[in-house]
This record gives sequence, structure tokens and C-alpha cells, in this order.
Amino acid sequence: MSSSSSSGPPSRRGLIAFAWVWVGVPLAYGLYELVQKATQLFTG
Amino acid sequence: MSPPVAPPGWSRWLVPPAALAVHLSIGQAYAWSVFKPPLEEALGLTGTQSALPFQLGIVMLGLSAAFGGTLVERNGPRWAMTVALICFSSGFLLSALGAATEQYWLIVLGYGFVGGIGLGIGYISPVSTLIKWFPDRPGMATGIAIMGFGGGALIASPWSAQMLESFGSDSSGIALAFLVHGLSYAVFMLLGVLLVRVPGAAPEARGGVESSAAAAGARQLPAGPQVSANQAIRTPQFWCLWIVLCMNVTAGIGILEKAAPMITDFFANTSTPVSVSAAAGFVALLSAANMAGRIGWSSTSDLVGRKNIYRLYLGAGALMYGLIALAGDSSKPLFILCALVILSFYGGGFATIPAYLKDLFGTYQVGAIHGRLLTAWSTAGVLGPLIVNWIADRQEAAGKDGSSLYTLSLFIMIGLLAVGFVANELVRPVHPRHHVPVPASEEQPEDRPEKQPEKQSKAKEAADVQQQQ
Repeated sequence: MSSSSSSGPPSRRGLIAFAWVWVGVPLAYGLYELVQKATQLFTG
Repeated sequence: MSPPVAPPGWSRWLVPPAALAVHLSIGQAYAWSVFKPPLEEALGLTGTQSALPFQLGIVMLGLSAAFGGTLVERNGPRWAMTVALICFSSGFLLSALGAATEQYWLIVLGYGFVGGIGLGIGYISPVSTLIKWFPDRPGMATGIAIMGFGGGALIASPWSAQMLESFGSDSSGIALAFLVHGLSYAVFMLLGVLLVRVPGAAPEARGGVESSAAAAGARQLPAGPQVSANQAIRTPQFWCLWIVLCMNVTAGIGILEKAAPMITDFFANTSTPVSVSAAAGFVALLSAANMAGRIGWSSTSDLVGRKNIYRLYLGAGALMYGLIALAGDSSKPLFILCALVILSFYGGGFATIPAYLKDLFGTYQVGAIHGRLLTAWSTAGVLGPLIVNWIADRQEAAGKDGSSLYTLSLFIMIGLLAVGFVANELVRPVHPRHHVPVPASEEQPEDRPEKQPEKQSKAKEAADVQQQQ
């Protein structure tokens, strides 16, 4: 989290990035496992 | 606990990850089957017994969403997410104790009853808040969250399986796995509790990174008709949408529940039968279509209108079922393609319904109304598998095999989707007599319908519905 200027409201870009990474990493893991399994339809 | 109001500069893009932190966690429920074989072996249970925690959990999901919705609206999303966190995690901790002491009733009570309350409250916790933050894109916003519920199983399934492999599949290994699940999900869901905020009453409170979009949303937020949850269930619109959701989910669940044996049976008499591992791949692909449909179709509904998107789900869904029935075992790619489209509509139907409710009943108690509508899901959860399994068993007993085992089920699904299509066509704007009169002295900032002349409100309502049609 960082402040953009003393007069405006603080920028939340760091917090936004952290929050999306927090939920995005486990979801990416789940999707990776899903793709691994789905390929069996074409190879199995 | 009073609803946490966003400070100036709070970005609305912090709310979807808060919702996802909860939905990705509670979506674990659909991965319960990972625990079934180890529990059956360690505690000497039958298949029916080992399914009890999941079944009770889904029943409690429906009940707590239906009856807890008003509390969620009154106390706000942080309260709801806290309750969901405590219940869902405690459910696992109680289950850990149950597995360690080999007391199965504790697992049923913990995961099913206590955890199930967490599922229901958690499921509806971010819906109302997301719609308030994204009045310009409510379909996309709720689509992200509800996609998370589908994603939860994708994460939990391999994760739980790996954990059981590491800790062992005996009672102490299962207990340890439950303990780690409970603690991990508590930490993961905490992000949602800490991040979630309701939009401030004043547009200027939504400045910062997304200031212009959020402020634009803020001004539109409470526009249109506002109907309470108790009043909504007295309207024909609620019951039309109940039928729409029930029929759409029944049609999707019919395939989802029997996907692996269905594709195997369908092509059993062909020169290219489907192997067990290929059938597992098909099931995984259906899960991907289900998830993609939640975010994709729900976002599309913001552009084409809710009524139109349900015309697609129900009309094109029926067409897909018709193609499967008519093509039989002549084309595997066609079967797979049609099944994927049906499952994407199934996911889309779940994810778009909160935005449809918002269009008809406003944002006032949309979370509570959504909770009550989820009883359609519980009904469909019984109906869909019952139809497909019962008919397949009867056809098998009659000496049929291959794709003909499912032909009758497929035509029944087409009929159900046609019923849903008609119900969708019957949806009209809610009569103003159902709207909430809001005395100025009793208004709360976070759920206050914007004061405007009645004529203006009706014009907005008419415009909203015109846009859908």
C-alpha cells in the first residue's frame, strides 16, 4: 500500500495486487491440476 | 457488528478478492468425495454413511441461506464472512476431533451441520455487497464470486488428496488433514473478512484508484424498485425465477452427476469406446466449462440483459440436449461439445441469478432474496440425479444399452428446460405495491433506496426491464 499524495486518498494498488495474488495463486493451482486431468480425455 | 463502510479511496476491485477468499474456501464442499474412501476404510462406514456429512452440509447450506439471509443484510458482509469463517473452520476442527477419537457422529455434526451453516452464510455473504459496488456490472461481479465456488473444488480436490497421501489414510491421518484444512481455510478466509467494505453513502467516499467508476456506480446504486425479502416471495416474479433456476440446474446436474458413466455407456458399442481415464478427463473438462460459464455468461448478461441470457441458457440448452439425443453415439466430438455448452449454461444460470434478482427487486435485500431462491438449487440437486439415475436403471432393466439408456432422460431434460423458458418469458416488472416505502427517518446509509420522485423511479424500472427484453 502506498500514498499517492498528501492531499488525495491513498492509492491501494499494492493492496489490490496482494489481494488478487492471494486468491489467484490457489486458483491457478486448481486450474493447472484440472488441465492435467482434462488432457486424459484426449490421451486416455 | 456494524457494516464496515469504505473509507475514501477504497477501490471496488478489493471486494471481488474478498468474495473469492470466501467462495474458493467453501467450494471445498464439492470435493468431499476425496475423504469418502479413507473414512469408509478407517471407520468401517458404508458409502451412504460416508456421504452423510456432505448431504447434511448441502441441506444446511440451503436452510442457512434461506433463513439467514435477512440477518446477513442487517449485519453486513463482514459479520456474515466472520460467521462463515468460524462455522466452516470449526466444522473441520470438530471433524478432526471426530476422526481422532473415531466418533463419526462428530464428523457429521462438525462438517455437515456446523460447516453447512458456514456454507450457506458464506455463499450469500458477498452477493449484496458486490452488486452495490458494481451497479454497472452486477453480472460480472457476482459471476467472479460464484465462479469461486466452482473453483474451490478444483483446489481442494488435489490438495486434500495429496494431504491424505502424506499424512496417511488411517483415522489419525484423516484427523490431521481435517485439522490442517480448518486452520488453512480460517487464514485464507480472513482476507475476505478484513477486506470487505460496503460502499459509503456519499459518492466522494469512493474516490481513489477507481474513483470515477465507483462514484458513477454509487449514484446509480439504489435506483429502481426496492422490494424486501419477505415481500419478494409473495410476488410471481420470485417464483418464476425459482422455476427458471430449478429447471436450469436440474438440466445441468443431470449430466454433471453421471458424466463419467454416461460418456462410457454412450460410446460403449462403438469402435472407439471411452476409457476410465478419458471419462475422468471429460468430467474435468465439464468442471472447466461450468467455471467458465459462471464468469463468461454472467458478464455477458450485463451487455445483453438478464432475460435474454436466460433465453439462451434454456433455449439453446434444450437444443444441445436435442442434438445429443438425436446424434446418439454417431459423433463423440458433438456429444462433448454439447455437454460442455450445457455445463457452461448451468454455471451461467447460477452466477446470473443474483443480478436478475437485483434488476427485479433492487439492492435493498437482494442477498436475502438470493438466499431464499437457493432452495431451488436444493430441489434441483435431488431432481436432476433422480431423473437420470432412475430412468437409466429402468432402461437397463428393460434390456437397453449404450446411448439408448439415456434417450428418455434427455427428452425429459428438454421438457424441463422448456418449462423454465416459459417461466422466464412470464417475468414482468414487480408491481409497485410490493415496493418498500422508506420513511426518511428510518433509512440506513448502506441500504437506503435513493429518494426520487415516484414517476422517475417507475421510468427507471421500465427502462431496466425494457433493456432485458
